Amino acid sequence: MEKVVLLGDEAVALGAIHSGLTAAYSYPGTPASEIMEFLIRQSAGGKNFVAKWCVNEKVAMEEALGVSFAGQRAMVSFKHVGLNVAADPFINAAITGANGGLVIVTADDPGFHSSQNEQDNRFYADFARVLCFEPSSHQEAYDQTREAFDLSEKLGLPVMIRLVTRLAHSRAPVEVREPRGKNQGFKYGYGPDWTLLPANARRRYGDLLQKQKDLQAYAEQCRFNQFFPPEPGQRLGVVATGLAASYFREVANRLETRPAFLKISTYPFPQKKLLELIEQVDEILVMEEGYPFLERFIRGVAGLPGKVIKGKMDGTLPASGELKPEIVARGLGLPVRNGVSLGDFKLPARPPQLCPGCPHADTFKALNEALQGYERGNVFSDIGCYTLGALPPYRAIQSCVCMGASVSMAKGGAEAGVYPSVAVIGDSTFAHSGITPLLDAVYSQTDMTVVILDNSTVAMTGAQPSLGTGEPLDKMLVGLGVSPEHIRVITPLPRNHQLNVGLIQEELAYHGLSVVIARRECIQILGNK
Amino acid sequence: MYNIIISGVGGQGILSIAFVIDQAALAEGLYFLQSEVHGMSQRGGAVESHLRLSETEIFSPLIPQGEADLILSVEPLEALRYFSFLKPEGTVISSRTPYVNIPDYPPLEEVFREIKKVRESWLIEAGQLAKQAGSLRAENMVVLGAASRYLPLHEDNLKKFIRVLFQSKGEKVVETNLKAFDLGRQAAESQA
Repeated sequence: MEKVVLLGDEAVALGAIHSGLTAAYSYPGTPASEIMEFLIRQSAGGKNFVAKWCVNEKVAMEEALGVSFAGQRAMVSFKHVGLNVAADPFINAAITGANGGLVIVTADDPGFHSSQNEQDNRFYADFARVLCFEPSSHQEAYDQTREAFDLSEKLGLPVMIRLVTRLAHSRAPVEVREPRGKNQGFKYGYGPDWTLLPANARRRYGDLLQKQKDLQAYAEQCRFNQFFPPEPGQRLGVVATGLAASYFREVANRLETRPAFLKISTYPFPQKKLLELIEQVDEILVMEEGYPFLERFIRGVAGLPGKVIKGKMDGTLPASGELKPEIVARGLGLPVRNGVSLGDFKLPARPPQLCPGCPHADTFKALNEALQGYERGNVFSDIGCYTLGALPPYRAIQSCVCMGASVSMAKGGAEAGVYPSVAVIGDSTFAHSGITPLLDAVYSQTDMTVVILDNSTVAMTGAQPSLGTGEPLDKMLVGLGVSPEHIRVITPLPRNHQLNVGLIQEELAYHGLSVVIARRECIQILGNK
Repeated sequence: MYNIIISGVGGQGILSIAFVIDQAALAEGLYFLQSEVHGMSQRGGAVESHLRLSETEIFSPLIPQGEADLILSVEPLEALRYFSFLKPEGTVISSRTPYVNIPDYPPLEEVFREIKKVRESWLIEAGQLAKQAGSLRAENMVVLGAASRYLPLHEDNLKKFIRVLFQSKGEKVVETNLKAFDLGRQAAESQA
């Protein structure tokens, strides 16, 4: 078998290609972006299969569903919070069911490396009642993706794959298998299952409930769920999922006698195997990346009579943050080696910052100056490089919640009496989720100022294409009904500073809706040209 | 098992070093597992890669605390950031050339003094040597060259994959980076 060096993200992408993928959709977001980056490189401009960045995750999910309905194989991938955006079609896709294989990849970010939360999307799979894989290695990321496509068609359901940052963003050799072709079958016009009128939806949900026993049966015999009995005399059992199982394997050989070990890679989880472990031990340690999802099931309300259960809920492992080999070692009572101490030396932090020459820096300087003298104003902001404008030396923004929220929050703020109420949002974030709240503001004629930072790319995640930049963006704003006199364009450059301050001041003073577009290309993509 | 932490500031070419070592390891039939940083931190922030080489299967993408054999740093302050990972008998190879983009960067002599507390530590004039090789951007290859005699990999393989890495950018870039590697290696040898 051939060995290929792949990121965890890329192992999933290659697994999908080898499964006979027809189309893949995504929106950029760390740590998932490299899935689509890889697919685009391999798609040969769409000749081999479709691989596209979409305007947002909801649209990506719906496009994939359309592919699946047509009997072809589709994959969507995004960071964990992307599934919040796509939650509506995701939950309902479990009820319509899949026709061609439909796989949803979520890359969770325990430890908040590049995210506003560390939500655990295994709950979404449980919520939608679909099967979820959680690979523990690069090889499993590839193998389980192939398995996910098979299973999706066999069960007629979408299947989810959950990655975490450290698997998504690490690299290792993977053995790949013979690829297969695309689905030959093609379907159209098959309405009753896909039209979720209440009568159809009730029937389809009943079907989904019926299939739960098939999911459970699969989990019981799935080769990725493995039980290893304890060595004689050992009364501890370890239940570990995904990457946590690999951390356990890393340190397990330091234990004098091997504990019982259940490695879990699917949800629903293998209940019989879990009961087999419980029977053979007195103490159970549950290790999982993210929330104590499995631990809660095992503890239930009353716990297990005569057994001690340890994990994130009793403080044996930290309740927040990602797992690390030394955390897992401590959880097992093993000593951790000390590294080299820096003693009294004070190591300064080196946080990320806007690049030298970044257009956002010039916009923030102008905006800060324009806002001087106002006491009850607020600058609501959004997700992107420009979120770094919250840090010194700029301290220019006062919020970052979720994609597009700046515009909606500025409207709410204005209606509560904030003045000036300013939204600062990037061009791609605006296309993703800023258009609809701006339409709301047009309708209400809200007294607020929206600053769109148009750097013509999705900069933070590696310069993917933006769907709302340049002239089309200007036309979009007119089309939404923003008054053309109050759509102003500035070029954020140091030499334009006074000009830009004056122009922003005019729009802040205007008691109505205005949009200032700060337009200059990202310095990173300029450098790559 | 041989554990390496590669460190520096976003944009200094940490992942290029990792690529060369990964591919050389694969060519020599070793297992490897290498974690890296994407996204927000790449914007002028501290970045690191954990790179593990072994003759047997590797499970954790992260090096456990106190178990790194080598810190290979393209920036001196960034070498210090990962000392809690370093074995007391481990090695530090770092550029002497600072990347100052924070207001509280400590006096350079203090940074060097801390690095030199590790017995096996080498400070390399990476900026100067990179310039001599033909490009300031080749500091990463200078440091890799300086570290090469510690790595459980053949020099020929490392050079082969430097060529692979840069070949799309033309022969001149390849030559510059190979020269940077050689100058780094010579600098480390002359100190030893």
